[in-house]
Amino acid sequence: MSTFPADLRYTHDHEWLRAQGTAWRVGITQFAVDALGDITLVDLPKEGDQVTKGQRFGTVESVKSVSDLYAPVSGRVTAVNAALKDAPESVNSEPYGKGWMIEIEPNDKSETDELLDAAAYTQHVASQ
Amino acid sequence: MAGHAKKTPLWDVHKQLGAKLIDFGGWDMPVSYPAGTIKEHKAVREAVGLFDVSHMGECFLRGPKARETVAKLTTNACESAPAGKAVYTLLCHPSGGVVDDCIFYKKADDDFMVIVNASNTGKDLEWFRDHASTECDVVDVSAETALIAVQGPKAVAMVDKLATGNVAGMPSFTWTEGEVAGVRCTIARTGYTGEDGVELACRNEDAVRLWGALMEAATPLGGLPIGLGARDTLRLESKLPLYGNDLDDDHTPLEAGLGWAVKLDKGDFIGRAALQEQKAKGLTRQLVGFKMDDRAIARHGYEVVDRSRGAGELAAIGVVTSGGPAPFVGGAIGLAYVPTALAAAGSKLTIDCRGKDATATVVSGKFYKRG
Repeated sequence: MSTFPADLRYTHDHEWLRAQGTAWRVGITQFAVDALGDITLVDLPKEGDQVTKGQRFGTVESVKSVSDLYAPVSGRVTAVNAALKDAPESVNSEPYGKGWMIEIEPNDKSETDELLDAAAYTQHVASQ
Repeated sequence: MAGHAKKTPLWDVHKQLGAKLIDFGGWDMPVSYPAGTIKEHKAVREAVGLFDVSHMGECFLRGPKARETVAKLTTNACESAPAGKAVYTLLCHPSGGVVDDCIFYKKADDDFMVIVNASNTGKDLEWFRDHASTECDVVDVSAETALIAVQGPKAVAMVDKLATGNVAGMPSFTWTEGEVAGVRCTIARTGYTGEDGVELACRNEDAVRLWGALMEAATPLGGLPIGLGARDTLRLESKLPLYGNDLDDDHTPLEAGLGWAVKLDKGDFIGRAALQEQKAKGLTRQLVGFKMDDRAIARHGYEVVDRSRGAGELAAIGVVTSGGPAPFVGGAIGLAYVPTALAAAGSKLTIDCRGKDATATVVSGKFYKRG
């Protein structure tokens, strides 16, 4: 079982968030990466797009499967990791670093209060 | 899936190797090992890979009328092959649709071994029994037989060193009986990866010992154990069809581009009349290989569309039967049934990839051909 960085927040859908100024950087956790296997394609929204909490904002495709990415909070996309177009394998090698996906400026800051901390997420994963 | 998934005799070995296991046709099988599908795929293209394919079915057709039975069941000329030859064939319904694809290993006119797809083993055996002469016994040995495929440019020389006899001198699609690492095996120069290699059938109780000896020889060569994930990407790059995806009851071998394995002039067999008629009339749809133009992956079940025909279902003109990334040749590739007018190399296809149209180009021949 991998350990999850203590400085990040998490969702039940296996995404992580890191505060980046007033925005939140979003990626997927090591647990998600292990479940997916080799990632070969990441489809992300454009900068400026609006995303809605719980709605699909993109997809990540491994060799064998397609998985939806769900927005952890509602808000505006302020940055997109364009490097994943040519190097989707960064999600496998550095899920919390070079494998980040988008940054969201939340509409309602209180939504981030509902996110899990590392301990709660570890418990969630253990129950899967 | 009700009940417990079946385990091959190598299940404990896969667990020890850290494999990710999935249910595949009722079997608990390794989909990948810690190296991951892409590294496994490349190891087979560049060195050697070991596959546990013990879930596949093995049986014998034996008796005075075995040859006659094989002639009736198969589209290819399995019955008239010389002893020691392995022959790829289709089993067809009277409609020409495919019951299964498999390999017949001829030992003698009264003794043939058959290896069939894991998910079709029950159906195929029933099919054999329904159509076999009373003087041809159908002997199912699936439950006591393990099957290990050793594939890749370094596979044959590696097995040759461990084997009695001359494995390196065996032509492709031949088989023999011998010993590998002291284990009694059926050694066949066959595979499902587009690489040179062998498939070794042995008794269940010898499987762990055989696998161990093969792994020990493969590791210094850069070899890896290979899961079902890479088995699928390897066969797709080599344009080898998969039953249940590219072949099924509703499509004929002619439509699937397997006319080379249908010998209409060999005498009567089940499905011959329908196939002869289809050949005379011409094909209305064909299985083609395509390469994606856009950064998208078309997968099994996605529709090939022509938006000029109208909205929704009206636009569907074909269907993707297999698709995914091509780890060795690069990009994303696939197979699709399309109208004959779109089957020529260079034709442009539009594929509905989960609500987004992406374009692909039809390519002829294999995506990957070993040098």
